[in-house]
Amino acid sequence: MSTATLFGVYGAVLVGIGLYGMIVQTELLRRIVAFDVLGSGIFLIFGAVARRGAAGGLASDPIPQAMVITGLVVAFAATGVATALLLRLSASAEGVARRPEGPP
Amino acid sequence: MSGLLDLWTVVAVSGGAFFFLAGTVGLLRFPDVLTRLHALTKADNLGLGLVVLGLLPRAEGLQGAVKLLSVWLLVMLSGATVSQLIARVAGRESPPA
Amino acid sequence: MTPASLLDLGIGAVALALAAFAGAARSSFAAIVGFVALGLLLALAWLRLGAPDVALTEVAIGGGLTGLLLIGAERRLRARAMAEASDPVSTRVRVAAAVLSAGVAAGLAAAVLSLPIPAPTLGPAALRELPRTGLDNPVTAALIAFRAFDTLAEKVVLLLALVGVWSLAPDREWGGRPGQRYPLDADGVLAFLVRLLVPVGVVFGGYILWVSAGAPGGAFQGGAILATMWLAARMAGLTDAPRLCASRVRWALAAGPLVFFAAGLAGPLVAGGFLAWPVGFEKPVIVAIEIPLMLSIAAVLGLLLAGPAQRDGAR
Repeated sequence: MSTATLFGVYGAVLVGIGLYGMIVQTELLRRIVAFDVLGSGIFLIFGAVARRGAAGGLASDPIPQAMVITGLVVAFAATGVATALLLRLSASAEGVARRPEGPP
Repeated sequence: MSGLLDLWTVVAVSGGAFFFLAGTVGLLRFPDVLTRLHALTKADNLGLGLVVLGLLPRAEGLQGAVKLLSVWLLVMLSGATVSQLIARVAGRESPPA
Repeated sequence: MTPASLLDLGIGAVALALAAFAGAARSSFAAIVGFVALGLLLALAWLRLGAPDVALTEVAIGGGLTGLLLIGAERRLRARAMAEASDPVSTRVRVAAAVLSAGVAAGLAAAVLSLPIPAPTLGPAALRELPRTGLDNPVTAALIAFRAFDTLAEKVVLLLALVGVWSLAPDREWGGRPGQRYPLDADGVLAFLVRLLVPVGVVFGGYILWVSAGAPGGAFQGGAILATMWLAARMAGLTDAPRLCASRVRWALAAGPLVFFAAGLAGPLVAGGFLAWPVGFEKPVIVAIEIPLMLSIAAVLGLLLAGPAQRDGAR
């Protein structure tokens, strides 16, 4: 298996771990962390695609790299908004930062 | 000559890796914050220093060498400061007997 | 295709262990630390994938700034006495989530393993057009020339996110200062470090922008470093966050995309299309755009980190 494919598979597993965390975590902040892990996994898959596109003396296709850089910055912005929302929620209603009580 | 430099790189980087390992073991095994900080500074100063010294022969000219050395100096500077701050907080929360 | 080495296996295995730890750790703080460590390790993965620009961005923004954001949020949540959740998810939901996640992961892995050979690539096309941009780094050329529209739109997305964060301020604090006021210990260790580090950091941030024409670097990475230097100065108490209604704040944020957009609008007059750069003048124009762009990026990242206004409101 080549380097690129190996990291692509690792990215797929990270996506799985992040997705599981987002569904199962009770604390909303940890759901945000899981969301970021999910994002990192997707970016790794992009990186695998970029690496496989190495040609002409380049180590890696530059276009997917540019897309990943854009994605990393936007993911940070999304995390920022999510965190600000969470803090505001917790300030206005103590105890809402847990999963809402549902039927047992 | 280049064989000798390669040997130097391998020896120095291995030595650096050993100190990183020692620092990590100390972090995991020492009983309280102050002793753990003590272990971490070994990794910072000696470990990184040896790695940098080992990589110096492979640097691209004087500019690359200066960059490597400044990485080491910056890490030591920030590491020392952060250790001080952590130790101060730890000393306030649970003063050493 | 270079075969996967033991190093790649090792990096990936530790990355997965860290991700699992971030999910399963008992304390939120430990989970966040695990996530930051994951980000730093992924930077190594990016180097193995031959993408040093992305590695720089991952370390600066993915690991560093996101970690700062999460640690700050965790501390404030803990201070409000958010008890550890006492109503865990039922086993049925856990199993279903595990099955779903495993299925998604398996599907993605299967897609990765069945990617076409030979891999389609835009590398040769990028290399062919590279001399026309006056740059030597194809990733920078992709960001600022080939896909300039994406970068402009990304800047706008950042500003929208910032407006979203600002809108969460309480009404009476609108336009005030974000974050807390950190006490100044003028002879203290932190102030000393910051006084030494900030000039070095500012030079470094500018250097990373300047060198991105021919080597790994870029406006985003440099902007992230500048934002961190500002945060360091604030945490040492050497400076306070400005009031968000101040016009210099608004101009600092808008200057980058405005210059970018204006240069793009001049494109049809000078070079034949929106966001086309004039022939023979590409590099000066690109540099002239990237400098305000980096300053705006630094402002946006720093203010996203600072959060909504909390004190000294305008009303």
